[in-house]
Amino acid sequence: MTPTPIVEMTDISITFPGVKALDSVSFRMFPGEVHSLMGENGAGKSTLIKALTGVYGIDGGTITLDGDVLVVNGPAQAQAAGISTVYQEVNLLPNLSVAENIMLGREPRRAGLVDWRATRERAAVLLERLNLDIDPASQLSDHSLAVQQLVAIARATDVQAKVLILDEPTSSLDAGEVAELFRVIRGLKKDGVAILFVSHFLDQVYEIADRLTVLRNGSLVGEYLTTDILRIELVHKMIGKELAALDTLEAKTRTATAESEEVPYLRATGLGRKGSVEPFDLRIGEGEVVGLAGLLGSGRTEVARLLTGADHADSGDVAIRGVRKRLRTPRIALKERIAYSSEDRKKEGIVEDLSVRDNIVLALQADRGWFRRISKKRQDELALSYIQALNIRPANPDALVGNLSGGNQQKVLLARWLAVAPRLLVLDEPTRGIDVGAKAEIQKLVSSLADEGMSVVFISAELEEVLRLSHRIAVMRDRKKVADLANEDITVGQIMSLIASGAEA
Amino acid sequence: MNRLTDLPKSRLFWPIVTLLALLILNVIVAPSFFSIRIQDGHLFGSVIDILRNGAPTLLVALGMTLVIATRGIDLSVGAVVAISGALACTIIADSPDPGSVGTVLSAVGVSLLFSLVLGSWNGLLVAVLGIQPIIATLILMTAGRGIAMLITEGQIITVSSAPYKTIGAGFWFGLPVSIIIAGAMFAIAALLTRKTALGLLIESVGINPEASRLAGIRSRGIIWTVYLFSAVCAAIAGLMISSNVTAADANSAGLWIEMDAILAVVIGGTSLAGGRYSLTGTLIGAFVIQTLTTTVYTVGIAAEITLVFKALVVIAVCLLQSPVVQARMHRTRPAKVATPESTTGARA
Repeated sequence: MTPTPIVEMTDISITFPGVKALDSVSFRMFPGEVHSLMGENGAGKSTLIKALTGVYGIDGGTITLDGDVLVVNGPAQAQAAGISTVYQEVNLLPNLSVAENIMLGREPRRAGLVDWRATRERAAVLLERLNLDIDPASQLSDHSLAVQQLVAIARATDVQAKVLILDEPTSSLDAGEVAELFRVIRGLKKDGVAILFVSHFLDQVYEIADRLTVLRNGSLVGEYLTTDILRIELVHKMIGKELAALDTLEAKTRTATAESEEVPYLRATGLGRKGSVEPFDLRIGEGEVVGLAGLLGSGRTEVARLLTGADHADSGDVAIRGVRKRLRTPRIALKERIAYSSEDRKKEGIVEDLSVRDNIVLALQADRGWFRRISKKRQDELALSYIQALNIRPANPDALVGNLSGGNQQKVLLARWLAVAPRLLVLDEPTRGIDVGAKAEIQKLVSSLADEGMSVVFISAELEEVLRLSHRIAVMRDRKKVADLANEDITVGQIMSLIASGAEA
Repeated sequence: MNRLTDLPKSRLFWPIVTLLALLILNVIVAPSFFSIRIQDGHLFGSVIDILRNGAPTLLVALGMTLVIATRGIDLSVGAVVAISGALACTIIADSPDPGSVGTVLSAVGVSLLFSLVLGSWNGLLVAVLGIQPIIATLILMTAGRGIAMLITEGQIITVSSAPYKTIGAGFWFGLPVSIIIAGAMFAIAALLTRKTALGLLIESVGINPEASRLAGIRSRGIIWTVYLFSAVCAAIAGLMISSNVTAADANSAGLWIEMDAILAVVIGGTSLAGGRYSLTGTLIGAFVIQTLTTTVYTVGIAAEITLVFKALVVIAVCLLQSPVVQARMHRTRPAKVATPESTTGARA
């Protein structure tokens, strides 16, 4: 192993208004090594990458590249210095050719004009280096996402990259494509490129990474050699609880409903969707809270989307009270009284420019159709009763939802779904990014709704929360359901080992 | 809450100021501008002319407002204007009894029914086939003139039919019929969107299509409805225009009216990005456009710089409403603070 790091970030701090996004974090990369940056949502991975690529200015600390202090103001400078980045969403132009995409902005010129032949030739050389056998003149959008990802890497490697940053490169690839990508990564590694690999898939990290750095809440937890750290230890470090402390945590507050219950409210059999989540079975009883545990990207959101018609399944089926149903759209699912509160509150939840009242009545009104308008009086009754019941602040039905705090927006969303009187409520990260008080209120609400007979699917990155609320817990890992446990004498530690290893407990 | 200081923040503030400014300019140049006289039991005067001539633009802009609220745009309205006029005039001209009310009613009926077909076509392309609205309606914008030409067989069809002339040039109770019709359509649009839930659902689809889908809104039906409504509005405008000149001209009827309508909507404060819309704003916007045209005549601006003058006023209104200028004018308001969620939450 090369003793001198090529990149050395020392005591990096970045502050956003009100939040310390990075708190003197140190990070280093060695040539010819794959280094994985690990951490849950909001740990600061993206912020650290953006500090390195010059997207964010740093408030404290130093970055050196090859021993020289590096001051970057923007991605173009970082790239010129030899730091290339391939982002999660492929940042290419699908309607241009492969060669144009690889050489965009750096096309060889002759007499001021682009030399297209040289452009294609140079692109072909780069593609060959990655063993990628495609026609440089073909249109990018004609290729699979995996190939596009590789084209993006080809583009990134053209600039004599010393450091290559791959941010979630495998999130939309299948197993074969991942293998192809890893082959390319190993090749680049041999050429002495330092690679920063970010992924939520533990299996992949353990397969490709030589070194790991774990972040949590904007702070450095530690740097480890992959061979030195067990998965279970890694997960603990990411989530932030020590094994010993976890096992003593009192967890069980609920017990599973009797498995013998003849017909569950919903039974999914072999439900799956290619590229999203592998076929799984799931039963959700009446008045039962089923928790979905797993890391980000483990498939927990995908399960929720299949159960609620947000995505449609391409295998398996769903029976509601024993009757087979096809939940092709959210509208159909809502007709079956299945409501889905998405984890992406802003993009898939609230309608920002509408009032609290409008947001609350939206799903109910959609169900009634546009002609049968809910009367103004009834709208006000609904809005005010939910504002009161859920303690929504400000208590003003005319306030624009976009101006509310995250916690209150979440409550408005809950009110929208509760207004349709769902039989099954699927909550994806309902407590993320909201303050402790609102969190407790939402937990209490879920628990009392279940007592009243509503079935709930509860997804959260916080295992304690899942454990506290759920009757049963399904554990997801790498887009597979790996365990289904009744919540009896289960500890957070046990669930963590399942998340880490996937083996049955 | 102080109503006076809140006034400039209202979306209707600048459109109203512009309209008033134009009206005052007219009064200064022509002091008799506001005088309305009664002649043969009909109201006459510059203001009445503005209302009457502005009726077709207002109608088209009404439909356009709802289309734009769903993040769409309807470029085909000018062609629909031409088609509906051509169809009605041809039917009347070919009938044995052009002067009878029955003939005119059936001609109007056929035109309106055909506009439903045209609106369905746009709706099909946008809502079902998912074609971008600007492209989808460009098809009918281009082809529509051809359809109108086919109907008129390339001729300008003149009609002499008293009942038909009433639509665009007649008077009821002393008021121009075109104003009454436009007013009625405005009322229908307002009732349709505010007394049913259509307005809420249109805005929801326009602001956040994905959240709307997850809330179970049938956006397809909503989008289809607004294109239908837009086509019907344009068809009525087409009847008015051809009735006013007692002729159908497939080439020039409703030419550029889509631009006037879009301008009226934008001046009225409805964003082309979709979402919140204001029918009242569109009403004011349409009258700003029409007053502008009239002003050009009263002030005596040379014909060759008419368009430049119009453009300057439009630029001024749009600038006043732009977020950048608005922010400069309300400096005291706290700037938006970048939250860590918005900057780092995207990925992590």
